[in-house]
Amino acid sequence: MSGPELGLAISVFLACAVEAVEALTIVLAVGYTRSWRSSLTGVGAAVLVLAALTAALGPALTALPINVLRLIVGALLLIFGLQWLRKAILRAAGLKALHDEREAYEQELSAARAAGSVDRTRLDPYSFTIAFKGVLLEGLEVVFIVLTFGANQHNIGLAAVAAGVAVLAVVVAGIAVHSPLSRVPENTMKFAVGVMLTSFGMFWGATGAGASWPGDDAALLVLVPATLGVSVGIVAMLRRRRRLASAAVGPEAVVRA
Amino acid sequence: MRRLEAFLRFLWDFVVGDDWRIAAGVVVALGITALVADTSLAAWWILPVAVIVLLGASVWHAARSARST
Repeated sequence: MSGPELGLAISVFLACAVEAVEALTIVLAVGYTRSWRSSLTGVGAAVLVLAALTAALGPALTALPINVLRLIVGALLLIFGLQWLRKAILRAAGLKALHDEREAYEQELSAARAAGSVDRTRLDPYSFTIAFKGVLLEGLEVVFIVLTFGANQHNIGLAAVAAGVAVLAVVVAGIAVHSPLSRVPENTMKFAVGVMLTSFGMFWGATGAGASWPGDDAALLVLVPATLGVSVGIVAMLRRRRRLASAAVGPEAVVRA
Repeated sequence: MRRLEAFLRFLWDFVVGDDWRIAAGVVVALGITALVADTSLAAWWILPVAVIVLLGASVWHAARSARST
């Protein structure tokens, strides 16, 4: 497996695993409190829509001229990557609350219980809709990453396999522990995905715009660690500023978002 | 009409996200890269510099907002 292919597989696997953990929390909550049959029907319907989107958009993307594809994909990956990285940096620096799966699960449980009684002999519209929306919305980002990474390297198959393995791993872990996967280091995974998307976005975006990288593909071996280094540096700087602000005015004055 | 509005809002949130300046900055940086690449000058360094500036500015802005809340 080449370097870019390994980057593709790791990025898709991590992004897909993070989104699958969040979708699993929603499905578990409505499944346990209301109806497993309806929830799983919602999951199946969402997976079908996502598969149809992948099948429809995949060939359309690969039909684009390579430099146009790289420019569009590079721009989108950069925008997505920087947003993931921004959020992960703010969380790592303590300026934004970490995503808490246990808390999200409890909120979904309360909402599901408040939605009234369930007739278990029929399809429960609440369970179906919540599971469908949860899986569809979390899955859209994964479909985007699978398509853009895969199409750009003409290897949608590898991207799809990495996504499938990630979903399978999360589902198996969810079945094994019978509860939301609250101990998964979600922010670290989001940090890693942000670094990969941003690095590949820079590489493909510049290539699509007509620039040549020193060392060609080997430039990625510099871009990925450099992006990680800059991001870790920003986290360290923000933590230091928080400590100084906290020492100057008291810890209660430093507000967490 | 309401559905269309909701869809467009979803699309905006999905693509642009929390900070529109990042999306705008990326588009501008790619445009500059394309213009410089058309000359005899090296253009590969523009996006890495843009990433450092955009990420730093966006995080700094968010950190300031969080502190002033």
